[in-house]
Amino acid sequence: MAVIATGSKEAGRRRFSVVWRSKASRIAMPAAVVIVILLAILPALAGRAALQDLFFVFTMLALAQYWNLLAGYAGLVSIGQQAFIGLGAYALFAATLIAELDALVGILIGGIVAAVLAVPTALVVFRLRGAYFAIGTWVAAEVYRLILAQVKALGGGTGTSLGPDVTNQMFGLDWIAGLFGVRVAAARDIATYWLALLLLVLTLFAIYRLLRSRRGLALAAIRDSENAAESLGVDGYRTKLIVYVMTAFGTGLVGALIYLQKARISPDAAFSVLDWTAYVIFIVVIGGIGTLEGPIIGAIVLYFLQDYLASLGTWYLITLGVLAILVMLVAPKGLWGFVAQRYDLQLFPLRRRLKVE
Amino acid sequence: MIVWIDTVLQGVLLGGLYALYATGLSLIFGIMRLVNLAHGDLIVLGAYLILLIATGLGVDAFLAFVIAVPLMFMLGYLLQGLLLNRTLGSDILPPLLVTFGLSIVIQNGLLEAFSANTQRLPIGEIAGVSIPIGAGIAVGVMPLLSLVAAVLVILALSFVFYRTGLGRAFRATSDDVEIAQLMGIDNRHIYAVAMGLALAVCTVAGFFLGARVQFDPTIGPARLIYAFEAVIIGGLGSLWGTLAGGIVIGVAQTIGARINPEWQILAGHIAFLAVLIVRPRGLFPRAVD
Repeated sequence: MAVIATGSKEAGRRRFSVVWRSKASRIAMPAAVVIVILLAILPALAGRAALQDLFFVFTMLALAQYWNLLAGYAGLVSIGQQAFIGLGAYALFAATLIAELDALVGILIGGIVAAVLAVPTALVVFRLRGAYFAIGTWVAAEVYRLILAQVKALGGGTGTSLGPDVTNQMFGLDWIAGLFGVRVAAARDIATYWLALLLLVLTLFAIYRLLRSRRGLALAAIRDSENAAESLGVDGYRTKLIVYVMTAFGTGLVGALIYLQKARISPDAAFSVLDWTAYVIFIVVIGGIGTLEGPIIGAIVLYFLQDYLASLGTWYLITLGVLAILVMLVAPKGLWGFVAQRYDLQLFPLRRRLKVE
Repeated sequence: MIVWIDTVLQGVLLGGLYALYATGLSLIFGIMRLVNLAHGDLIVLGAYLILLIATGLGVDAFLAFVIAVPLMFMLGYLLQGLLLNRTLGSDILPPLLVTFGLSIVIQNGLLEAFSANTQRLPIGEIAGVSIPIGAGIAVGVMPLLSLVAAVLVILALSFVFYRTGLGRAFRATSDDVEIAQLMGIDNRHIYAVAMGLALAVCTVAGFFLGARVQFDPTIGPARLIYAFEAVIIGGLGSLWGTLAGGIVIGVAQTIGARINPEWQILAGHIAFLAVLIVRPRGLFPRAVD
């Protein structure tokens, strides 16, 4: 057990220790490594449909983790994260179609463009607090959507597509096609699947490390009481800005990757509040806000709901809305919060726990 | 020159409609610090309710509107009493996420009930009537009425706020909910009445929305955004400021549209961002959030 501090036994006081890990977490860590390795070799066994389904789960889960970091840890409830999906995706299209760069480079540019534009966006929307911040981020996303709809080189309001010269020439595709003995279209699915898995693992790892660091502690302090945190020397504005820009970078990368896989973009789709924010919020709320495990559960729940109910169209969305409202009212900590509380279970512990012996 | 005067005038009239969108949002925020993300969808719901009454009972749209107002008031009272009161507290997430869920439920419920086809309220010939005011400029009767309605709604709400017992209870609850409770005010009832009033105003907004332009179930979120921009530009908690905010958005939009029709919405958003940068607390700030 990783003991961080130990109290002395003097004056009849009880001994105590502060611990990070739990029994479950010592099993969870190696198990997570095994699962990631299994998922990495999956393309050798599974078909294209399974890979595409998992691509959806991985990318939505990564987005949910970013939103969770913003809302559940930094207290920045954004309903405008579609801004960075759209910016990342459009940056990819501009990089590949206009600058004729490789799609892999395009994805990276997508992340960078989203992060760079997150700074001026933050300077404006950070002037709003609480719920008004939420709508402010939405307005920002609308502004980016309307501006990109004016860019004729990227198809204006109707959008544009990536040709096979972009999607089939991506770095490494030949190698994958040779490795698995598949055609280039299947190799593309494997490549985007691997990229999504890589991005997800890096995201989880980065957020886990961040939240266990000094800055993570500062974040939790700000969320719980900004005034108290600032009185202890935490620079609230700076900390929030850093998290906002970081999540914009990640969201931009995921957005670029999603639209590389779709190979077709339009302003309305890339900046859709339903696709890139409502579903993401649903995942976090159902799973449990403010935990790393919750969104994993939420993403799996959304996948199955989508699989069974998406054909119902409007009723599917009504069901999602009602479910989210019920969970928020009845079990505001979500499915994982319920389980964690009941069985005292923490797979990826982020809090120090006081143990009295 | 005449063209620009006309543009600004039409913008002011459009601003009346946006002020109607925004007044309910401003009212709710002022009294219980709740931001209702379903506000735009409730406006659209109001328009559909009027349409349903007008076509279902075969009555005039104006009469249907008069019938719809108390119904929407009751809906608002129940919505707050049964659902939204449970979300109030120091945490901003529950009300935000519950109203976001509600927004999706209302939008898709309307899609299921009325399909995605665009609709228009059957208000008859008055829809096309305009009054020439010289120099080739004409003012549409319905746009003029929507501005007049906005002014009347704000006058009526100001009267309720500052001249009645209910208004005193509103202000007391807004200032300090615990002290208000000690004085015998049932804050849950007060909140429910406030939401009822907000939805009654939403019905007025829905009526002028449906009378002026075509609507469909998906246009709610855009109305929420205009309303929100008007509230922020005007300054939180000030009803007359909200009217000014609506007019700023309306004028920015018509000027943008005059330059390039595709820039109408964008121009409104940019005006909002400009005000936010220059005067983050709005033009006439009152409440401290």
